[in-house]
Amino acid sequence: MPIDKFVSVQTSFVPMPIENVDTDQIIPARFLKATTKEGFGDNLFYDWRYDKDGKPKADFVLNNPNYSGSVLVAGKNFGSGSSREHAAWAIAGYGFRAVVSSFFADIFRNNSLNNGVLPVQVSEVFLAGLFKAVEADNKAEVKIDLEQQIITNVSTGETEDFEINAYKKSCLLNGYDDIDYLLSLSDEVEAYEAKAVRF
Amino acid sequence: MGKTLFDKIWDSHVVKRIEGGPNVLYIDRHFIHEVTSPQAFGGIKARGGKVARPQQVVATPDHNIPTINQHLSIQDELSRHQVETLKKNCEEHGITMYGINHPFNGIVHVVGPELGITQPGMTIVCGDSHTSTHGAFGSIAFGIGTSEVEMALATQCIMQPKPKSMRINIEGELGRGVSSKDIILYIISKISTAGGTGYFVEFAGSAIRGLSMEARMTVCNMSIEMGARGGMIAPDETTFAYMKGREQAPQGEQWDKALAHWKTLVTDADAVFDKELTFDAADIEPMITYGTNPGMGAKVCGNIPRLDTIGESSRASFQKSMEYMGFEAGDKLQGKKVDYVFVGSCTNGRIEDLRAFCEAVKGKQKAESVTAWIVPGSKQVEKQAIAEGLKDQLEAAGFELRQPGCSACLAMNDDKVPAGKYAVATSNRNFEGRQGPGSRTMLASPLTAAAAAVTGVVTDPRTIFNI
Repeated sequence: MPIDKFVSVQTSFVPMPIENVDTDQIIPARFLKATTKEGFGDNLFYDWRYDKDGKPKADFVLNNPNYSGSVLVAGKNFGSGSSREHAAWAIAGYGFRAVVSSFFADIFRNNSLNNGVLPVQVSEVFLAGLFKAVEADNKAEVKIDLEQQIITNVSTGETEDFEINAYKKSCLLNGYDDIDYLLSLSDEVEAYEAKAVRF
Repeated sequence: MGKTLFDKIWDSHVVKRIEGGPNVLYIDRHFIHEVTSPQAFGGIKARGGKVARPQQVVATPDHNIPTINQHLSIQDELSRHQVETLKKNCEEHGITMYGINHPFNGIVHVVGPELGITQPGMTIVCGDSHTSTHGAFGSIAFGIGTSEVEMALATQCIMQPKPKSMRINIEGELGRGVSSKDIILYIISKISTAGGTGYFVEFAGSAIRGLSMEARMTVCNMSIEMGARGGMIAPDETTFAYMKGREQAPQGEQWDKALAHWKTLVTDADAVFDKELTFDAADIEPMITYGTNPGMGAKVCGNIPRLDTIGESSRASFQKSMEYMGFEAGDKLQGKKVDYVFVGSCTNGRIEDLRAFCEAVKGKQKAESVTAWIVPGSKQVEKQAIAEGLKDQLEAAGFELRQPGCSACLAMNDDKVPAGKYAVATSNRNFEGRQGPGSRTMLASPLTAAAAAVTGVVTDPRTIFNI
């Protein structure tokens, strides 16, 4: 089944200069009781976004009308902790197409890629430049070009290359998902099983 | 050049290498639970497909289930629906499920090893990051997302880039009152929650070799908390003795064959790791966390780091964490108030953990101000705890033994720590709100949890127990 294609995006962005944002913050465990993938965007960062009565906290960035855009820019080690793919569903469901950080946790990175959300790992210096740009101008933009694997801080013109493996890049550009590919390998899987050591 | 244990198992499970991309990795065992599987079954249904190898999949509901009155139906409607959905999906696809009240029900990472389903040399996945627990048997075990759960169900394979390799050696003898939980909290405090990202870690060294299987599971369980893809320990006589006779371990002639293979599962002497770290066991003391990630740990008898010891770029995050915890940089840890004590989880919910806690509190009483949840990791652990008299010992000291489940580790059931309250927990994560919105968690060993439970404050267990 196809995933959303990602080719390139130029947009204002939402800054979250906090390190070690874990998946329990992205989507708290009590919201994991659903049996479908829909609706998680409403609960994205719930405990940072809403007070105990469910009212939006004015000082949280997603509640600040000055910031908008389809890219989230966050501090290093984003997505650590639980393997819950609900975190990627929440980010995609909210409308983010990419997350920029100077470091990503492994499982979150895979989960994002499997849901058409591009994790873009940049240097500490480039990340600091984005935070500086958005501080000076809330509507500062970032441009992410997957084909070229280049991210641009539009305010300064500064660019940086980013890495993604060729297979995943092709999946995102074309909207392919892994399962269709794996299903096509059934003969190879059977051949593997025939010679594998098993007890 | 020789091969690492990790290389040997990984390479023998690669079905296909994709150029410029991941490996297609064959999965021997796939564990599933109610929270991260429903959307995967939904995906299979939408494709009109089926589960490829149902006999290699085992299910147990654990995250949502109540830890009292398990004979009644689950009160929370969403939790009940999720558990019932797992049952329905397993029935539809011919998957073995150990449901609530089944004698083998429990936390998936406790159940797999105790039944002998987890075996050396296997590749094991589960839609849960603490799947790394199973690495204690010398298997490659790691957590996956739900898209990958669907891949594994539909094809018995997943796609993963091969991680880099790291070996962490703990050499020497552990000190008094120091457990495997302290080892792993110590390592994470040294290398941070991102120190292992991109790596698969082999734990080695004399202190690791000296650990029991259950203690090894605690170490591997928290590999993910340093960001590692997984952790593993080479199988040895301790492993084989644990495996022998388990419900689903190989028997008879098969056992002999398996054993001969398992004995080859070691890192060759000339193998080279991408990174290697060595720590002295004598430097490790009972540990506790003071912040909002598992890397923020210190010795119980010590202090929270001073602000000037924190790198400038991390100071804002550190202070946010201190504010959440209601602590100040530099504070002494002993004497901090404790409202809740939680003993359990896939990290420390096994029989040895309950024994350690019970032995410590024997002849003492739970502090009146403390609410304690002592939660066995599985029905089997519960049964053994009762048979050994631990339940009676707990009751004599003012505690009660609850029924098995993930419980207050992530508070998806009713076991929630209220906002602003402090919990000393033997689980694995102290993230904001992990044990309930606003809860404040301090991670520690069962022994340090026992010291907090009887005093009502953070206490170095070596100062009050005869250990």
